[in-house]
Amino acid sequence: MIGELGHFALALGCILALAQAILPLIGAHRRDARLMALASPLAGAQLIAIASAFGALLWAFAVNDTTVSNVVLNSHSQKPLLYKFSGAWGNHEGSMVLWVLILALCGGAVAGFGRDLPSALQARVIGILGLIAAGFLGFIIFTSNPFERVWPPPMDGQGLNPILQDPGLAFHPPMLYLGYVGYAVTFAFAVAALLEGRVDAAWGRWVRPWSLAAWSFLTLGIALGSWWAYYELGWGGYWFWDPVENASLLPWLIGAALLHSAIVVEKRESLKIWTVLLAILAFGMSLLGTFLVRSGVLNSVHAFANDPARGVFILALLMAYVAGALALFAWRAPKLGGTGIFAPLSREGGLVLNNLLLCSIAAVVLVGTLWPMFADILFGAKISVGAPFFNAATAPLAIPLVAAMALGPMLAWKRADLAGALQRLWWVGALAVASAFLTLLVAGYHVWPALGFAAAAWLIFGAAADILDRIAAFRRPSQAWNRARGLPRAAWGGAIAHAGVGVMFAGLAGMGLATDALVALKPGEATRLAGYEWRLERIRDVQGPNWSARRATVTVLDGARVVTVLEPEKRFFPVGRMNTTEAAIHTNALRDLYAVLGDERDGGGVLRLHHNPLAPWIWFGAVIMALGGGLSLSDRRVRVSAPSRKAATAPA
Amino acid sequence: MTRWLFFCLLLALPAWAAVGDPNERLPDPAKEAIAREIGRELRCLVCQNQSIEDSDAQLARDLRRLVRERVAAGEDSAAVIRFVHQRYGDFVLLRPPVTAATMLLWATPILALGGGIAVIMLRRRRALAEAAALSPEEARRLAELDRGAA
Repeated sequence: MIGELGHFALALGCILALAQAILPLIGAHRRDARLMALASPLAGAQLIAIASAFGALLWAFAVNDTTVSNVVLNSHSQKPLLYKFSGAWGNHEGSMVLWVLILALCGGAVAGFGRDLPSALQARVIGILGLIAAGFLGFIIFTSNPFERVWPPPMDGQGLNPILQDPGLAFHPPMLYLGYVGYAVTFAFAVAALLEGRVDAAWGRWVRPWSLAAWSFLTLGIALGSWWAYYELGWGGYWFWDPVENASLLPWLIGAALLHSAIVVEKRESLKIWTVLLAILAFGMSLLGTFLVRSGVLNSVHAFANDPARGVFILALLMAYVAGALALFAWRAPKLGGTGIFAPLSREGGLVLNNLLLCSIAAVVLVGTLWPMFADILFGAKISVGAPFFNAATAPLAIPLVAAMALGPMLAWKRADLAGALQRLWWVGALAVASAFLTLLVAGYHVWPALGFAAAAWLIFGAAADILDRIAAFRRPSQAWNRARGLPRAAWGGAIAHAGVGVMFAGLAGMGLATDALVALKPGEATRLAGYEWRLERIRDVQGPNWSARRATVTVLDGARVVTVLEPEKRFFPVGRMNTTEAAIHTNALRDLYAVLGDERDGGGVLRLHHNPLAPWIWFGAVIMALGGGLSLSDRRVRVSAPSRKAATAPA
Repeated sequence: MTRWLFFCLLLALPAWAAVGDPNERLPDPAKEAIAREIGRELRCLVCQNQSIEDSDAQLARDLRRLVRERVAAGEDSAAVIRFVHQRYGDFVLLRPPVTAATMLLWATPILALGGGIAVIMLRRRRALAEAAALSPEEARRLAELDRGAA
């Protein structure tokens, strides 16, 4: 019964979304205030319908309703409750419902917080969001019904894949979707601007917070996935350049370009056309990711990839939305006009360079991801494009990007003094060079880690130099504190996010110096790695809630001092009959000691031991980046001055 | 990520369940490091986008052994990669060789960057030209302002 209600709610949501798409758009076109006023209530109603459907799905998983085939395929009564819930979105159908729920939440937010928007713009944005929602709800209803029944019901479900039963992964999809779907809102703003034929600073002020929020969530989502791969897969790797990872990186790169160029629109009323295009592309990349993951086009690796009909449907949606928006762009963009004039050497110029390099990196990732398929179709050539290609092809673009990241914020708008900016950064440059040499001195001849530490120092101290410069810490130290407090949060946010990238680079560089050992030890035996003595004490049986395991106890000693006791496991899940390896990790924030248990033989076991310097900094860096984004988001100007345009037009 | 791993597990369960065999590593750490560098360039042909160093599929193991035998015998990296390439074709190389089929792939960074720069220059030239040309009305106003200021 609950399942049918959920299904009905989805259908109702689809109809409401269609109404939300059609009526306000017609209203905005005809300047009909009554039709435009329907936008917000319809968005609210659609949100309620989708939330009910999602609630019904959660209910089915929570009570383990085995008459619902989705539950049978992805859940089991013996599973902890958290993973029953995360199982609801750990599969194709459920994750699509989560996708449209987040989209409906965004629509509701534009309806609720957007009262200060000009009513035609608001109606158009909500209308476009309704159009997107209607497409994806149609997709769910026609190809991916999450409430499909099975009869007779089996005794119990088949269980969720054990490696997905993990807190990191439970929250990975919602974070990613918040990012992906956030770009639906910037897309809607871009299309609305094209329909209106107007982009101004007020528009920029609305687009920037949405692109900041989407980007911050996407950053966290990608970082969670990468962190999970690091601790759960037991190879010590954190990024594999897999097509699905690339699919999440593409909107992140374009989104990073978007949030920077939106600054220029807001502050300088320049780069308008370009920003609108980026907003369209960012959402296009999100949809492309959705398509790649669910269609099975790529010779890759996805659980959701099984039904060509779904692929065709999403491809049709992708074409309709993106090609439609691009056609509208080609037609209307010249009207937006108004490229402000600025010298190549200026803050605007720096942001254009940022956009150029980020988009070029995105192009490399996109082409590299799709090329094996193209090469097969066009040339009949079977090729592989893997990590060595991506590293080689993106590094030459990433290096100037990093170089410009510390420099850009130092440049003035309109026309900047490069010599002056370099002068204020000389000590940062000296620290960066010193870091590189120090790395070579301490760790030996490792070029990439040395470059990585140089980049880290350049970005972290560059961000510090930016803040010190803004508060005039050296020129007027007495007022520095007051100036620091008066500095807009967006300035702090930008500097912190840039420093976060630096922290991440330090982590990447540290991982470039990682060492490992693969040893067969008997209880009582020890090996040496990275200056520590690793002693296997024993291997024994352990029983978990829905698994049994073999657990090794490894004592790590520094001389006579016990540093930590690591307990890596090999788990066996009877439901699904699967094995997983649980790495044991001890971190002190500066390095990870990482142990994995392998085969057992002759009373002993095979252990893979890793020493990963600065590994946690990769994810700390990502969290700092997201925090920087959040801080910018909380800037007073973002919240307060956005309504100014409406206030100006209200008397009309 | 989720889907990718899910599928990987279904297809190549042993690849994730095992940790490797200590006997397969070379005793000399310098040679082992070279072998690993080589291994990261080679695809495990039965896996999904994993290098032979990251997989415990039987084929990956065999390739790892092959690479280590050749490195131990004193062959340099290029020769080992060439040998594996000749046996298994382009598909085994994670860094695709430059051929007619991959020319555009390798040219992507240059094309993207060059194309972007060209567009920026063109737009800038047009913007400058537009900004330079004053309408008669603007010219008259400017002249007025000039007189006023003088």
